[in-house]
Amino acid sequence: MRVRRRLVCAAAYAVLTLGGVVVLFPFFWMLITSFKPFDEIFALSFWPSRPTLDNYLQVLTATRFPRWYLNSLVVATATTASVLFFDSLVGYTLAKLRFPGRDLVFVLILSTLMIPTEMLVIPWFVTSSERGWVDTYWGIAFPGLMSAFGVFLMRQFFETLPDDLLDAGRIDGVSEFGLFRRIALPLVRPAMSALAILTFLGNWNAFLWPLIIIQSDAMRTLPVGMALFSGEAGSAWNLIMAASGLAIVPVIVVFGIFQRQIIEGVVLTGVKG
Amino acid sequence: MADRHGPIRLVAWAVATAVTMGAIVAAPGVAGASPVTITYWQYEYPSKVKAINELIRQFEAENPGIKVVHQTFPYEAYNQRVAASVPAGRGPDVVNLFYGWLPLYVESGYLQPLPPDAFPPAQIEAEFAPMVQAAKLDGKYWALPTAVRTLALFYNKDMLKQAGFQGAPATWDEFLKAAEALTERSDSRFRRVGFAVAPNGQDHHLVREVLFRQWGTAPYSEDGRKVTYDNPQGAAALGFYTDWVTKYRIGVLNFFPGDSGYRDALMQGLAAMIVDGSFAVGSIKSGARVDWGVAELPTGGPHPLRSNFGSFWANGITRNARGEKLDAAVKFLKFLTSEKAMRYWLEVVGEIPARRALADDPALRKDPVYGPFIASLPYAHATFFVDESGQRQVMLDAINAVILQGVPPAQALAQAAQREQKILDDFWAKRR
Amino acid sequence: MAQLARRAQPLLARKRRGLGPSVPLRWQRALWAYAFLAVPLAFFLSIRIWPAVQAFNLSVHEWNIVGEAQPYVGAANFRELAADPRFARALLNTLQYTVVGVPLQLALGLALAMLLEQVRWLRGLLRAVYFVPYVTPVVAAAWVWQWLYSPNFGAVNGVLDLLGLPPQPFLNSPEQALYAVVAMVVWQNLGFQVVIFLAGLQSIPRVYYEAAGMDGAGPWRLFRHITLPLLNPTIVFSVVIGTLQYLQLFAQVVNLNFLDQGGPLDSTLTVALYIYQVAFQRFRMGQAAAATVVLFAVMMAVALLQLRFLSRRVEY
Repeated sequence: MRVRRRLVCAAAYAVLTLGGVVVLFPFFWMLITSFKPFDEIFALSFWPSRPTLDNYLQVLTATRFPRWYLNSLVVATATTASVLFFDSLVGYTLAKLRFPGRDLVFVLILSTLMIPTEMLVIPWFVTSSERGWVDTYWGIAFPGLMSAFGVFLMRQFFETLPDDLLDAGRIDGVSEFGLFRRIALPLVRPAMSALAILTFLGNWNAFLWPLIIIQSDAMRTLPVGMALFSGEAGSAWNLIMAASGLAIVPVIVVFGIFQRQIIEGVVLTGVKG
Repeated sequence: MADRHGPIRLVAWAVATAVTMGAIVAAPGVAGASPVTITYWQYEYPSKVKAINELIRQFEAENPGIKVVHQTFPYEAYNQRVAASVPAGRGPDVVNLFYGWLPLYVESGYLQPLPPDAFPPAQIEAEFAPMVQAAKLDGKYWALPTAVRTLALFYNKDMLKQAGFQGAPATWDEFLKAAEALTERSDSRFRRVGFAVAPNGQDHHLVREVLFRQWGTAPYSEDGRKVTYDNPQGAAALGFYTDWVTKYRIGVLNFFPGDSGYRDALMQGLAAMIVDGSFAVGSIKSGARVDWGVAELPTGGPHPLRSNFGSFWANGITRNARGEKLDAAVKFLKFLTSEKAMRYWLEVVGEIPARRALADDPALRKDPVYGPFIASLPYAHATFFVDESGQRQVMLDAINAVILQGVPPAQALAQAAQREQKILDDFWAKRR
Repeated sequence: MAQLARRAQPLLARKRRGLGPSVPLRWQRALWAYAFLAVPLAFFLSIRIWPAVQAFNLSVHEWNIVGEAQPYVGAANFRELAADPRFARALLNTLQYTVVGVPLQLALGLALAMLLEQVRWLRGLLRAVYFVPYVTPVVAAAWVWQWLYSPNFGAVNGVLDLLGLPPQPFLNSPEQALYAVVAMVVWQNLGFQVVIFLAGLQSIPRVYYEAAGMDGAGPWRLFRHITLPLLNPTIVFSVVIGTLQYLQLFAQVVNLNFLDQGGPLDSTLTVALYIYQVAFQRFRMGQAAAATVVLFAVMMAVALLQLRFLSRRVEY
């Protein structure tokens, strides 16, 4: 049994490493390009002959990149916090409470995943300009404060929790909100972590709506700012690659933090039956 | 009984959270307290932003009662940004638009015609390059450019010399000869191309406004309502272009990857020639690793006339500008299209002035880089696009159908004509 | 499961009294449910659903965004869609993307997540590796993929060459381009899929495997009788969300062929891209809205069918 387990493990490493090389290659290429001087970016070399940090310096100093970075951090953090709270609450309600209209509410919320953002930005912009939200953080963030994606995800995970658990809580006189917060929520931490990672990334990368609502250079988010590196006379690929390299750092950090949570989730959910 | 209020408390708490989050983040918009403030929009391009900022400074100094707010958006999403802001009435007072979009913006009532007393049409036609007439609709002008652009042949000087040419080819025959000599292949792969074909770059303009005319057919009727290229001459012109890939094999589709791979290939010394616009000069200047030159487009075909495609970004006044804002907008537009502004624009941005007086400047005409573009101005046609992206797609698909699917040029062109005629009909049906 | 509840007992530190007996339990629950839902429902109705209704309403009007007039035109926009071969092509392509992409993404994602579960050493790093493509900005990723696919310079053709196979045109070919796009999308979405499946796998209590293992069940039976059924909610989620993702494919298609979006010859055109072009490049909001209605109907039907036929109640 143990030998077999070792074999399985070794095979897993082999496959994962090989797959990892394939999967990572385009990313590696992006990273390498970001260290190449402009006249070398088209050379098909695996290593820059004259590695340089110029692209990074240029990105950081020639534009308001640090400010865009901050804007994106603010928006992505705020929306992620909001989504985590509301989506888990709604997901829980839809999965674990019985009430008239439940399926309708679920389908209604799910249906919002089926409208391309392009068709929504104009009504949003009209509302935003009536209320003075243009060019504000609130204006950039508000459509992302809750997501049907997260509601659906959380609902699916809450559904796996046994009802007996909650009923036991009810008998003990725990309030409904207490059932959610103190019993159900800790048991879906892996899902919450996944939701946190994916929501942060989604808002970090959001382009179309920020493009429309942002008016000034100072309010630009990262993707909108990065679009400036592509222009009429072509794209500054060296700058795009450097900016992309910088752009993924916070997401990787968020991933690092929360994927640990996914693993720790085992401890909590590994309740012996 | 505390729990009875639980749900309500929860809701109240949630609302409070949402409201607080909104409040934390409000940031100030643009504020202005001077007598008249107008807003100007253009797409973001470092030298243009710099130039407009400086021009605004001068304009404000000359007109103390007016303040101009300058806002920019990414080039790729500019049209979309402008369009989306219009329904909210939030747009600019003066807007920079690609001339090919004008009919759509005019038809919808977003632009107002330039007041004829401030911009008399006859004077515009006397003083500006002929292509500017593409901004005329219903006998009125709706926008005016500071600068215009034309196409030219960019070439690698060393390679052309190597092929025995003292400079650029003047005719399409010479062009083919040079390109064939300079193309390098191993097996089916191209190592170097004589000409970097780019139907999706500028080549669809080349076919439409240059080759069609040189092969003896105008692309459209005088009034812009009828497609007129669906004939044997048109098919021969299209076939001549597609032969570069299918028969002479002097190039291949997407030889070099990327949004502007054809240009990058020239800059890298992997393409001997490309056709590109004057707007490309800046990036070629800064990025080319080779010795390059510019020449007027070759002539050839049964009607060896000179022809070119011209285009421009023009400044129009939107319906937002009313009363004293309109007066300010008119003043600003006059300033932007003055000789002084154009001269400064050429210096800082490197774009060809739209006024004839400057284009006739002998010093400019002799300029090795700008000269060929300026020389092309008198015979450059700005296609009257009623739906720029739709019409572009039609021509692109015709070229691709021939090259990728082996469809005979005549058949591809007939199909294109049918599709494009429908686009024209749709537009004119609405205007009657 | 009662045992599980007992285990959870210590969590219930503070005991509380329930609602008074005057309110029937059923109503009490419903009241709570709607209290929880009040703010989110208000949000979804006002921020998502109302604008969508407005968009749907546009589908029977003609509007060019920049104009003020929005005359009622009945079904004209839909008739125009039906007559437009590009729309038909976009629909067919979109279905093809979905049929090819979703199963591929799910199968690879599940396999990788299960492998990643096996390893202890370098666990975090390996997970990050598979997540990285998903975080790479699509503009940058698309540029690199164009290079990989290039018939003249590309690494993929280099590999084919080594294997003695003829070079392929990939993105340049109307026949291959769609699959070339799918490959990139799967590559990018893999990270997303792995994160979801990892969370799902971690939520399965170990104890089931241990119990079954003691009964001498082999790995296939463990997978078949424990992993798959207990993962059902996650799988349903992935199928539905994956399908919705592919049915709205846009960014990768645009960036892989930036100057001929949806090309060559419409071979990679999707409905979402069609909507974008019609709305923002050609300014026909009415027709774009009509296309949105069609896309919405397709997605709704598919999602409801999937939910109806794939969902199994989890039984312990």
